[in-house]
Amino acid sequence: MAKTNPVTLPDYQVERIGAQIGADETIVSARPHALSDAIFNYCPGCTHGIVNRLVAECIDELGIEGTTVGIAPVGCSVMAYDFFNCDMIEAAHGRAPAVATGVKRVHPENVVFAYQGDGDLASIGTAETVHAATRGEKITVIFINNAIYGMTGGQMAPTSLPNQVTQTSPYGRDVNSAGYPVRISELLSTLDGVAYVERVTCDSTAHIRAAKKAIKKAFQTQIDGLGYSMVEVVATCPTNWGMTPQAAFQWLRDNMLPYYPLGVYKDVVADGYANAAEAALERAKDCPIAQQNKED
Amino acid sequence: MADNTKAAEERVLMKGNEVLAEAAMRAGCRFFFGYPITPQTELAAYMAKRLPKIGGTFLQAESEVAAINMVYGAGAAGARVMTSSSSPGVSLKSEGASYMAGADVPGVIVNVMRGGPGLGGIQPSQSDYFQATRALGHGDYFMPVLAPSTVQEMADLIYLAFDLADEYRTPTMILADGMIGQMMEPVSLPPARDPKTLPTKPWATAGHKGERAHNVINSLYLSPEKLEDTNRERFERYEKIRATQQRQELMMCDDAEIVVVAFGAASRIARTAVRDARAKGIKAGLLRPITLWPYPTDAIDKVIDNGAKRFLSVELNMGQMVEDVRLAVAGRASVDFYGRTGGVLPTPEEVLAQIEALAEGRPVAPSAGGSATGSVLPAPIDRKSSYERGE
Repeated sequence: MAKTNPVTLPDYQVERIGAQIGADETIVSARPHALSDAIFNYCPGCTHGIVNRLVAECIDELGIEGTTVGIAPVGCSVMAYDFFNCDMIEAAHGRAPAVATGVKRVHPENVVFAYQGDGDLASIGTAETVHAATRGEKITVIFINNAIYGMTGGQMAPTSLPNQVTQTSPYGRDVNSAGYPVRISELLSTLDGVAYVERVTCDSTAHIRAAKKAIKKAFQTQIDGLGYSMVEVVATCPTNWGMTPQAAFQWLRDNMLPYYPLGVYKDVVADGYANAAEAALERAKDCPIAQQNKED
Repeated sequence: MADNTKAAEERVLMKGNEVLAEAAMRAGCRFFFGYPITPQTELAAYMAKRLPKIGGTFLQAESEVAAINMVYGAGAAGARVMTSSSSPGVSLKSEGASYMAGADVPGVIVNVMRGGPGLGGIQPSQSDYFQATRALGHGDYFMPVLAPSTVQEMADLIYLAFDLADEYRTPTMILADGMIGQMMEPVSLPPARDPKTLPTKPWATAGHKGERAHNVINSLYLSPEKLEDTNRERFERYEKIRATQQRQELMMCDDAEIVVVAFGAASRIARTAVRDARAKGIKAGLLRPITLWPYPTDAIDKVIDNGAKRFLSVELNMGQMVEDVRLAVAGRASVDFYGRTGGVLPTPEEVLAQIEALAEGRPVAPSAGGSATGSVLPAPIDRKSSYERGE
């Protein structure tokens, strides 16, 4: 039966996927409950919106909205506290892992995630990132790496590629003076407190599905208490890259992915360990003091 | 006499820094995030030993910056939480303190002051008075600042600090110094709070459990009007604090013509000097601010009403609180300053000499190379604004 009038979709907060909304109409896709109906402030073609949604879908599917606390520090995603329906905290630039640590230590039963960009996580918040990871804080970090500072208008990021032109590297990032990009997934995979690190992207349906799977696994890693988990999403910033969304995705495939290869960088369970702590113990097997059992 | 014996039995000899830790736990604090620095070390060490035994969390953070942000997170999650540091470390905490104030997150920050600026020294100082009382970080805010002068007050004031922080949803500071932190004195510890009696925090971000709308802890307001409203609301709270929370000790101030104003370690020296001045027949008194913010301006009014003609601010710095004394005195009496800095403590004799100078109408000695501030009693000034005067 053909519809002549546009369907006003019902309140997604009440009607869920699979709900019958007309004689022959069933909702097959709806905004996740964990995502609010606030309008995103992201630019057209920005991948933040996709990743926000993936996080919300994972929260829905894991049934953890009521126990989740999200942390959004400074950057384009700073207003994520308006976009998610779980409890949210806005944090200072780079400090989300420390804030997440505070929340998680008070309420270990909560699921705590930080949603951070590259300037936030890999530059001003490097210390907080590295130390939350090495402490094995049972938190989940979603890391959006688009190789540029978006909110402030396109400055060079710690992950900007060599020769990448930005507002503060107008002649291209000169590695002799500005140094090299930071590969965060590789870096964090060396730390003992880390249970799971994967780098994904969202330039295609297949990659978006893989990204969601990784995000869900990262949350599950936290729920299971295995250790620190992080998903790095190689993302685009069409506005500050000065490209159309399509061209931005092509640039991402041509330049970003060779520098930041996708894949699992650490997965202690896949490596045959129960959790990060067990893997750490194995790595330190020749160190007597590290092998002492505190219960003794 | 029986009561005295009983009280004596309950008193224990403890170090100031350790008392801060013990009394904080008794106030219901179960979370401590800090970073090592002299001279507050004993506080963190005591917490590290005790907190895990009572179901709490001690965490040595990677930096002061991280520590204060952990406090922000734990406070947002509804816990009684604290951090402690000393001057250079407190500078690093200023960012987080501003966010706590902006997002109305309670928490207690201890500063066991040492000399500055820069790395300064490790001896006692009061050189962070401005930093503490003029908002620790960026933005339009204040926070209650409590200044203990004895080990007993370390206990009493940190106990109070947690209540003030929760009641007014604000970071609250204990501004101690290396001398009070390091010294041992007998102390009666406050009773341990039953965690069930602590205030509930329906605003906390601890998961909505499907029982309420989501809570947001935030200090970002892109609408200027909304940010102004938020700041105005906060300043209404500050007015309540100003009206109800001024605390001070007055000693021999009923008929004092010369009032020495001093807090913390400096007040212990000033107390002796004032007694010595009285013994010499000088009508001196001591006004000891316990709250540095809100500043006890009502007490300044009172001693002026009682006949105070001259004020002498004695500090372990180059002259900071003296500005608050001048603001409170507002030209109704003369205000002088005497201070030592860098970790040097003045002797009671030094302070007495300044009181005697004031009594004889002579200028006080310059403070460590500075020139003497004007001690001539100024003419009464017209306190009306130009608008009120019709200009």
